[in-house]
Amino acid sequence: MSEAIAPADFPAAEASLRPPASVVTETGWVRWTLIAVAVAFLALFLVLPLVTVFAQAFAKGIGAYLAAFSEPDAHAAIKLTLITAAIAVPFNLVFGVTAAWAIAKFQFWGRDLLVTLIDLPFSVSPVVSGLIYVLVFGSQGLLGPWLIEHDIQIIFAVPGIVLATIFVTFPFVARQLIPLMQEQGTVEEEAALTLGATGWHAFRTVTLPNIRWGLLYAVLLCNARAMGEFGAVSVVSGHIRGLTNTLPLHVEILYNEYNFVASFAVASLLAGLALVTLVIKSVLEWRYADDIAAGARRH
Amino acid sequence: MRFSNSLGHTVVAAAFGASLALAATVPARAQSELLNVSYDPTRELYKDINAAFAEDWKAKTGETITVRAAHGGSGAQARTVIDGIPADVVTLGIPSDIDAIARISKKISPDWRTKLPNEGLPYTSTVVFLVRKGNPKGVKDWGDLVKPDVKVITPNPKTSAGGRWNFLAAWGYAYEQNNKDVEKANAFVGQLYKQVPVLDTGARGSTVTFAQRGLGDVLPTWENEAYLVFDEFGRDKFDIVIPPTSIYAEPPVALVDANVDKKGTRKQAEAYLQFLYTDQAQAIFAKHHYRPLKREAAKKEDLALLPEIKLFKIEDLQGSWDDIQKKNFDNGGLFDQLGKAGR
Repeated sequence: MSEAIAPADFPAAEASLRPPASVVTETGWVRWTLIAVAVAFLALFLVLPLVTVFAQAFAKGIGAYLAAFSEPDAHAAIKLTLITAAIAVPFNLVFGVTAAWAIAKFQFWGRDLLVTLIDLPFSVSPVVSGLIYVLVFGSQGLLGPWLIEHDIQIIFAVPGIVLATIFVTFPFVARQLIPLMQEQGTVEEEAALTLGATGWHAFRTVTLPNIRWGLLYAVLLCNARAMGEFGAVSVVSGHIRGLTNTLPLHVEILYNEYNFVASFAVASLLAGLALVTLVIKSVLEWRYADDIAAGARRH
Repeated sequence: MRFSNSLGHTVVAAAFGASLALAATVPARAQSELLNVSYDPTRELYKDINAAFAEDWKAKTGETITVRAAHGGSGAQARTVIDGIPADVVTLGIPSDIDAIARISKKISPDWRTKLPNEGLPYTSTVVFLVRKGNPKGVKDWGDLVKPDVKVITPNPKTSAGGRWNFLAAWGYAYEQNNKDVEKANAFVGQLYKQVPVLDTGARGSTVTFAQRGLGDVLPTWENEAYLVFDEFGRDKFDIVIPPTSIYAEPPVALVDANVDKKGTRKQAEAYLQFLYTDQAQAIFAKHHYRPLKREAAKKEDLALLPEIKLFKIEDLQGSWDDIQKKNFDNGGLFDQLGKAGR
């Protein structure tokens, strides 16, 4: 449930910051102290909590661990989380690609404003992100009376959860692709057009293949956040058992019912998702570093 | 560039279409499904009640019914009903929360108290103290909560009904102790809240803070919540202290008229509320350590844990619920003034 994306998540920045080995001039003990501090920090704030999650989840054996997933409420939570991600991720994929493409390849009025707006969900607290939907779609909200009249339930139902998730995962794809596409420039597309390709054809055969690995990487991060989002979803969910609880909300409910094994078992599912994401991300970075890092081979 | 326009339009149209499709995916609601929006500590209680009602309803009508539940701080839950959660019934922690729904959203009839027996109270409760084993700080009565070295864990009265009952119970105690001196009662409550290190949003949050995280010396809490900690964490870690006097806590139930009429569930929802007054439900209340309206319906061993103590009604000290809510908890009320005076 990371709240914002650190600059290090963008490989473009990462690659340029990596110093060549020969530059290091510090003495041995300085280097080792720094490494020790970094490792201790990681162990304390990342590894230890992760180990705790799994230790608690298996505290009463594998049977109790598996029992946590046989509950109908757990099934409902898993299903809802998958549905939410299945709608939110493709939606942001389409939006992210188009937005990045427009911003990176064209100059138009309001371009900077658009970039700022795309970043907005990163800077707004998730609770606020949820509340804005309550204020718009709630019974007392802007569209409330109209929605009631037409018998449409948005918040405290699946559509509200999907909307809140789309909002908080909005920037992931666009933010990843903009620097990549800017770096690649418009030369190849222009060549395609000169050779008689239509706009759509050029986009499909030139632009898209150039960004595919960066895109996959972005979708991965977007999906992890979509499944893990707590704050915004909590506000619009209404916490109806078996109906509007996603996995993170289900974890909280179980914890508050003193059902610690089940709570951490479900949490381990989310932690597992994070680990898988991390592994695929690392593989992508290692295998396709050049493609992700803004087309270095071209220069 | 030439190709920007047509594609741009396609994408905008697609996004618009997707959002429309999204709005249309309203979950179809089966007729035989009820939603009970309840307060924080009743999770275990309504699991039992809902199962018993579903069985009873099936036997009587042949209809299969699912009663879903949503739990949270009572004030926060009232807010979700106002904002449009499709609750058929509300079973909240304090009358003023149901009044708030009736006043702000008009979804509940303002005379809801007259619709069910005992002013919509199928059960009542009170506030007792949960302390660490052996009661190391010697907490026996409300007055002991303001001893200099005592840390009190209680939820925020703005969002939690349990928090409000604790607040009112402490106030009522000090009021009676000081010959009905309002200033002294206010000062007592002010001192008490200076000794609260964590204000959680709901009663369950406070229980977890006290029992699981080990903060504080005393947890004034719903009687049922104190016994639940006994059952979950074992009696070797905590003691329950029953003070000589406490408050008559009233967690009422009501039908959400506007929602049941829209969903066509009035018959089932009314039957559900009536079911709460049956002997079967009354026995379940006592089993979960709530004080049943009909004591004769409960098991002897359950009643033994609910001793008769001197309980006062806050209405007798402060007047109507509108006044109680306004004077103490609304913006600028006593609780807000205490916060300012303390800092």
